[in-house]
Amino acid sequence: MAEKLLEIKDLRQHFNVGKPNEVKAVDGISFDIYRGETLGLVGESGCGKSTTGRSIIRLYDATSGDVFYEGENVHGKKSKKDLKKFNRKMQMIFQDPYASLNPRMKVMDIIAEGIDIHGLAKNAADRKKMVFDLLETVGLNKEHANRYPHEFSGGQRQRLGIARALAVEPDFIIADEPISALDVSIQAQVVNLLKELQEEKGLTYLFIAHDLSMVKYISDRIGVMYFGKMVELAPAEDLYNNPMHPYTQSLLSAIPLPDPNYERNRVRKSYDPSTHNYTEKDDVKMREITPGHFVQCSESEFQSLKASVAVK
Amino acid sequence: MEKILQVKDLELSFNTFGGEVKAIRGVNFDLYKGETLAIVGESGSGKSVTTKSIMRLLPENSAEFKNGEILFGGRDLTKLSDKEMQKIRGKDISMIFQDPMTSLNPTMPIGRQITEPLLKHQKIGKEEAKKVAIDLLRLVGMPKPELRMKQYPHQFSGGQRQRIVIAIALACNPQILIADEPTTALDVTIQAQILELMKDLQKKIDTSIIFITHDLGVVANVADRVAVMYGGKIVEIGTVDEIFYNPQHPYTWGLLSSMPSLDTDEAKLYAIPGTPPDLLDPPKGDAFALRSEYALQIDMEQNPPFFKVSDTHSAATWLLHPDAPQVEPPATVIERMKKFPGSRYYEGGAI
Repeated sequence: MAEKLLEIKDLRQHFNVGKPNEVKAVDGISFDIYRGETLGLVGESGCGKSTTGRSIIRLYDATSGDVFYEGENVHGKKSKKDLKKFNRKMQMIFQDPYASLNPRMKVMDIIAEGIDIHGLAKNAADRKKMVFDLLETVGLNKEHANRYPHEFSGGQRQRLGIARALAVEPDFIIADEPISALDVSIQAQVVNLLKELQEEKGLTYLFIAHDLSMVKYISDRIGVMYFGKMVELAPAEDLYNNPMHPYTQSLLSAIPLPDPNYERNRVRKSYDPSTHNYTEKDDVKMREITPGHFVQCSESEFQSLKASVAVK
Repeated sequence: MEKILQVKDLELSFNTFGGEVKAIRGVNFDLYKGETLAIVGESGSGKSVTTKSIMRLLPENSAEFKNGEILFGGRDLTKLSDKEMQKIRGKDISMIFQDPMTSLNPTMPIGRQITEPLLKHQKIGKEEAKKVAIDLLRLVGMPKPELRMKQYPHQFSGGQRQRIVIAIALACNPQILIADEPTTALDVTIQAQILELMKDLQKKIDTSIIFITHDLGVVANVADRVAVMYGGKIVEIGTVDEIFYNPQHPYTWGLLSSMPSLDTDEAKLYAIPGTPPDLLDPPKGDAFALRSEYALQIDMEQNPPFFKVSDTHSAATWLLHPDAPQVEPPATVIERMKKFPGSRYYEGGAI
């Protein structure tokens, strides 16, 4: 088995704790991310997938639970120096390339911000060269360095976002819906770029999205979230061919495919959480049905899922 | 079939500081009664501008009709006065916008927002309008409509809000419904519900729908006919089967290949290289030529006319000219063509 890069243990992120409008955005999820893989995280809006990403990188302080990065706890007390060291290893690409770049800064300074903070460049010439190299890596050229973000198209801006994340040479990148705001033809360009960079630099991705066909394309494993909990986690291929949790099945049945004939015959399943009939006694948790394929279920459901797999 | 709307040689420009942006450069299409016409294309291709010009929702100080006409019920919509247009908007032609968060008035209970078009366009009293509004809410699948009438938009979820917007749009039984990316802001599960709702309602009230989207999956689901737009022009138009299983324009090929299907395994996704053309200074020939590996010499010099593929299907590409060399479309497109009777890759069987 590959080396664990990140271990998330019973992570909880509640907002407005103690008030009547308490929101349990992330409610006890555990999973591992292995070095060099892409883990996709899908679910509908409000299911907590972005919050999970933001808690992992410590944009939020987790309510409870632990995140271990290379065995080291991310949350908890840390000196400024430790935090800085940690921030270099983990970076984030945001959804909206229009909002995530400072409109008053030139591209050169946007990309070099991380380089400056961590003191990675020896001198001004070195800094310049690093920025030019980064621009080239993401498919832009060095003339772009003196422009402002508004002079770029959406796809180009997302490339800038990627260049900025790469500037500090991280190992792990959280991509929070990096392509949702882009056009179809540009989406493919950005996804290809992310894949190339992964091969070149051995990056690990947490890829958060709601476009399931794109997630399947880029991910090695996929986690499905529903109301702050993870309901299924499996290798990408396995999840699509053999979804076990009823929510995953309903999600998959709702994806429109560019095939009119398939669309005419599509049967959509709907998901009703009350059909589980869980009682207090049921120990509902993630259980491994087939190797690597985890489903949130009760003991009795576990047995019947096991049996159904055995038949196949 | 009865033509309900005809767009003829429409040309429209925006006057900006940078110069004249030729957003629509000669668009022709007809809309038939009871059909759904999907317009696809990337941002800046002119799909939203086309529909907004039908609704006359473009800013009058910068947008300028250069040529062409939009015929609806014997009248040219481009020539109507604002007063006359107001009588059509929301009554005969209505529109659903992309973002249900911003298209509802946050300071008004939704009941009043639904009765607004009724009171404006139909000679009915307040009480009666209220009854109609409750029926509309029920029609779009809103539980407890009587109670919900008094609530404000923030008390509804995104999917519910889009249902309300649909209810408002349908209030006066419009002949044409324009839906501008109505499901782009919604989740897949909610999207599927809204699409089903729209198809249901279309059957019930027999309206024609113009559906704008860039999601080809959604197009495959809702459309009867599809128009593909690029650089301010329609480059290919045909029935949904013709566009998906027998596409002819290299841009349509590119669009279809750049979407991963659930069984795409290729290491690399096909990406259309480059960016859309700058409409301040549109290219002389085929606008897509610079990004296309199938471009011919003539594409750089002359704009291709429409070539007929079948009675319902035509595409603007020089590749269809009898003198053009025969080219091999991308592999994923050939896979699609194998299913289409009449294409040169057809392998038998029905789609």
